[in-house]
Amino acid sequence: MTLKMFYYMLAMALTTYLVRMLPFTLFQKKLTSRFAKSFFAYIPYAVLAAMTFPAIFSATGSITTAICGFAVAVVLTFCKQSLIVVAIGACVAVYLGGFLPF
Amino acid sequence: MAKTISPYHYKDGLKDGIPIGLGYLSVSFGLGITALSMGIKALEALLISMTNMTSAGEVAGFIIIAASGGIMEMILTQLVINLRYALMGISLTQRLDSRCTTRHRLLMSFGMGDEIFAVAASKPYPVGPSYFYGLMTCPYVGWSLGTLLGAVAGQLLPADLQLALGIMIYAMFIAIIIPPACKSRGVLGTILISVGMSCCLEYIPFFSFISDGFAIIICALPAACIMAILAPAQEEENDGGREAAQSDT
Repeated sequence: MTLKMFYYMLAMALTTYLVRMLPFTLFQKKLTSRFAKSFFAYIPYAVLAAMTFPAIFSATGSITTAICGFAVAVVLTFCKQSLIVVAIGACVAVYLGGFLPF
Repeated sequence: MAKTISPYHYKDGLKDGIPIGLGYLSVSFGLGITALSMGIKALEALLISMTNMTSAGEVAGFIIIAASGGIMEMILTQLVINLRYALMGISLTQRLDSRCTTRHRLLMSFGMGDEIFAVAASKPYPVGPSYFYGLMTCPYVGWSLGTLLGAVAGQLLPADLQLALGIMIYAMFIAIIIPPACKSRGVLGTILISVGMSCCLEYIPFFSFISDGFAIIICALPAACIMAILAPAQEEENDGGREAAQSDT
């Protein structure tokens, strides 16, 4: 492990821990602001969405196979399949998509 | 804080944590694959998972490491992405029994994840440290083990299978964000704004100076802010662990 990697890991672990720990040990009151509650509720979706798009289309080395995987993931999600079924379905679609002639 | 003693023991927590642990195992397997594809070694990925236990934060971390981003960028990104744990922590303080001293909270806060929080907060009686530690156990083991398995299995698989598995974590993210987007206009709007901005940053050459870690913040903060103003979330969605155990950390 390089020194830079060590610093990255330290920065990740410390920041994540402090964000979890400080409010949990220090805070006593209840949060009442509707804006703050909504903001905190929406942040995870905003982050996941920004990380998924457009990165998903370059995740497999080919835009064609990536679109196959993406389409299957969306369809399986709408069919109320569990996380693991969606994940495996998308991987299978990408693999099979690799055999397409274009 | 109520002067009560929780009726739940370590064993109860351990049992409640089993489904979460299994879910984590599969998500972190995908995470291990993603780490590998970004040039991060299996043991490094394992260490990161053992010290963070959060999917979105770790993926963002991998992206920054792969792009040789700055340490400040790393800290700010982790701060924003994990901000929701601060809210969960505050919320959970209302549901603790009197044995949860500061010393215990220092250790308990390490296990604050979406599903663990949801299960602990949805218990009919306040929870104590022993229950919470039991609840953390399976998810922690599942999360660490899954990351290692993903990163190691990824190395052993043939190239075309490795590429196919590269979509796994993104497929899971899709499975996490679509169902709530169907139920809530606020979530849907947040996702659309965030995706729109993310695509602009990626494809418009003018923005190419913005590094990947900051790009996540630049997309996420305004998206969540705008929708929190336009369409505030409905009151306390506390539907417990069963549904939440399906989602990610």
